[in-house]
Amino acid sequence: MTLFANSPVKSFVVTRVASGLVSIFFISFLVFLGTSMLPGDAANALLGQNATPETVLALRTELGLDQPLPVRYFHWLGNALHGDFGTSLSNSQPVINLLVPRLINSLILAFSAAAIVLPLAVGVGLLAAINRGKAIDTATGSISAIFLSMPSFLIGYLLVFIFAVKLGLFPPLSMVRSSASLPTWISALTLPVLTLVLVAQAHVMKLTRAAVLGVMSSDYILMAETKGIPRNRIILKHALPNALSPIVSICMITMAYLIVDVVVIEAVFNYPGMGKLMVDAVAYRDIPMVLACGVLFSTIFISLNFTADLLAMLVNPRQRLPKKGN
Amino acid sequence: MSGNRILSIDNLRVEARSSVLLDDVSIHVDRGEVLGIIGESGAGKSTLALSSIMLFKAGCVPTAGSIELCGQSLMEMGTAELETIRRTKASYVAQSAAAAFNPFYRLEDQVTEIPAMAQKLTSAQRRRMAVELFEELQLPDPENFGRRYPHQVSGGQLQRAMIAMALINQPDLIIFDEPTTALDVTTQIEVLRLIKKVARTHNCGALYISHDLAVVSQMADRIVVMRNGKMVEQGTTRQLVDKPQTEYAQRLVANQGDGTYASSNGNDTTLLDVSNVDVGYGGVAAVKDASIRFGSGAVLALVGESGSGKTTLARSIAGLQPARTGQIRMRDSLLAPVVEGRSFDQRRLIQYIHQLPDLALNPRQTIRDIIGRPLTYFHGLRGGAADQRLRELMESIELPAAYLDRYPASLSGGQKQRVCIARSLAAKPDILICDEITSALDPLVEESIVKLLTRLIEDEGLSILFITHNLGLALRFSHMTAVMQAGRIVEQGETRSVFETPQSDYTRSLIRAVPQLREGWLDGFSSNAA
Repeated sequence: MTLFANSPVKSFVVTRVASGLVSIFFISFLVFLGTSMLPGDAANALLGQNATPETVLALRTELGLDQPLPVRYFHWLGNALHGDFGTSLSNSQPVINLLVPRLINSLILAFSAAAIVLPLAVGVGLLAAINRGKAIDTATGSISAIFLSMPSFLIGYLLVFIFAVKLGLFPPLSMVRSSASLPTWISALTLPVLTLVLVAQAHVMKLTRAAVLGVMSSDYILMAETKGIPRNRIILKHALPNALSPIVSICMITMAYLIVDVVVIEAVFNYPGMGKLMVDAVAYRDIPMVLACGVLFSTIFISLNFTADLLAMLVNPRQRLPKKGN
Repeated sequence: MSGNRILSIDNLRVEARSSVLLDDVSIHVDRGEVLGIIGESGAGKSTLALSSIMLFKAGCVPTAGSIELCGQSLMEMGTAELETIRRTKASYVAQSAAAAFNPFYRLEDQVTEIPAMAQKLTSAQRRRMAVELFEELQLPDPENFGRRYPHQVSGGQLQRAMIAMALINQPDLIIFDEPTTALDVTTQIEVLRLIKKVARTHNCGALYISHDLAVVSQMADRIVVMRNGKMVEQGTTRQLVDKPQTEYAQRLVANQGDGTYASSNGNDTTLLDVSNVDVGYGGVAAVKDASIRFGSGAVLALVGESGSGKTTLARSIAGLQPARTGQIRMRDSLLAPVVEGRSFDQRRLIQYIHQLPDLALNPRQTIRDIIGRPLTYFHGLRGGAADQRLRELMESIELPAAYLDRYPASLSGGQKQRVCIARSLAAKPDILICDEITSALDPLVEESIVKLLTRLIEDEGLSILFITHNLGLALRFSHMTAVMQAGRIVEQGETRSVFETPQSDYTRSLIRAVPQLREGWLDGFSSNAA
């Protein structure tokens, strides 16, 4: 179908996908450069105490570490483009086999948290905007500010203390196998998801409130008032749609945060996610793993950013449709 | 009270925290009648208009008086009741249709929002209503017009769509709040004629608000003059135009001009010679093959409708938007297309004054800093010498020297524009480019700025390129006039000959479209002439 055949959306998608790909290549090179500048290399890290200069040298040759940086980069890139991200140096399995289960775990955690926090925070933000200056506005604002100003690990430990240690409702650690039953999963996920919800809600809620109130001073809102449209309808039908762009953006940024930026929460609950995987990989100089994680993280970030901008464009008729007529 | 009374406001007083917005105001509107309300910005016109549907800006409250619409007292009503009144009894037509339509929805969804909320009609019936109104308001392709979004139609069409939106609930009262102020003169005529027709055929009452006495005099049966929240004078339109009683109303009427031209004292030596200039943005040519020239001590008015390329041409003269082809000469020297390529003195000799002083003045700098900067930059003046010159400049723009230590926020719009003029004068220019510098000001303030400029031409020997869409102002103030249309200069010559014996059809249609106080001026347009 030619739904967007002649619209600005098509050229937007083409240019952004192209520039996104360029960015990912560029980032992969930066990550490669970064890992090569780490003190000590995989050969040292792998051999540890037993290293003699000869064994280190032999291992370096075997791993191809004696070749110049550009050669190694393009070698790695060529394989990566074929889906081969190499073998993990720390436990000799293909990187991709280790990465995928962790990625799925991270996505489960992130999407569970997002499914709760995004509708909740947008709804509460709207509620605060409708009741601007009233008790409910002040109350929601204060509560969200409290959780915003607490470090995320503190919230995590507080929840563990209350719900796991004192009340015994949930396990304090969230080590789960993918084969575990659904109730086990839910019980394991509850506390980390709740922590993420509390950490992430404030920005979405405050931005929703500010975006809606910002639109409320527009001429077309006055126009709606003169037409006798009730206030709730004005906010939901006239103000909210025009405030969607910033709200969609903050939701996508929150999604990105929930997927790749939750190392601390994963550590608190010992949850087997991506963040923990990458930190461990850096510690062990597991270069192929670090590279794969870096590229995956940047791809997720760039795609979410692109999605945010695309959605913002699609909800705005002025950007979606060409100016024609007159 | 007659049974035909639609709106009656008595002794209304509206207060904000520290000020009185309306003081003891009483107006009434009968069925089939248009009441004009005229006054400067800040006079309380819009506050009064919106109070007729009991709508007040945040922080403003009515503290005395009564408001009756269709026999119902609005003061005692609750929110839900008032919303019903607004949906059924009255409609509002705002100044800027581009801002008053919600960019998110198709036009027909906005036009039919109130019937849709009432849920009495099917969507096909509602659509029919909208199409009929679009037809009545002479919108192109009425069947499909409503499918468009606000950004897809022109300003004049949007204004007509807003009138359709106002008519859809068959109101008893329509409030027109400066409905044509944002439109070009030729578009204004069409909309004015439609409003007048609609007010007659729909048999409702109307409030018509404007700062333009000529426009109001064409639309209204009676006129109320407002100033500083008070009613200054009221009467039938003819009374007010022919025999204004108060001094303020007399000044408003006199300000319409008596058709006298500015006497030329310019000499014949050419100061600025722009020949065959093309200017564009990207692939769009905004100015095509434009040539203008004027001598020292002269005022050249550059007139035309919005989008005709006036500002682009001026910016190319100032070197802000480089000309692609053509030459710009000042005296005997050729000016580089971009300002960076021009000499220090060439830059000093051309100064540019913008339309909106609020955007052109740094709110964090005192007037002394603002005017002092070009004194230091161009003339190296500091300390006592600079202070002396600052005082002279303040004197020449007729502001007290004590204002030097104020910030722009504490000045009125007219005073801010004077500061902009002083900043340009500080450079000691030969040419002042004035880009719509009075169009955001009230008529009487505009007149005082024009008087100031007239004096400066004599005292300082300035030449002025005066950009305006206001033909009456061009007639009174300029010696030469150039008319622009779609990027081209279509006519150029002495102001008197351009206005009295216009050569192009476009100039003729522009001149004809300037609103006049004369009775029956608007009705004199045949439907196809506009």
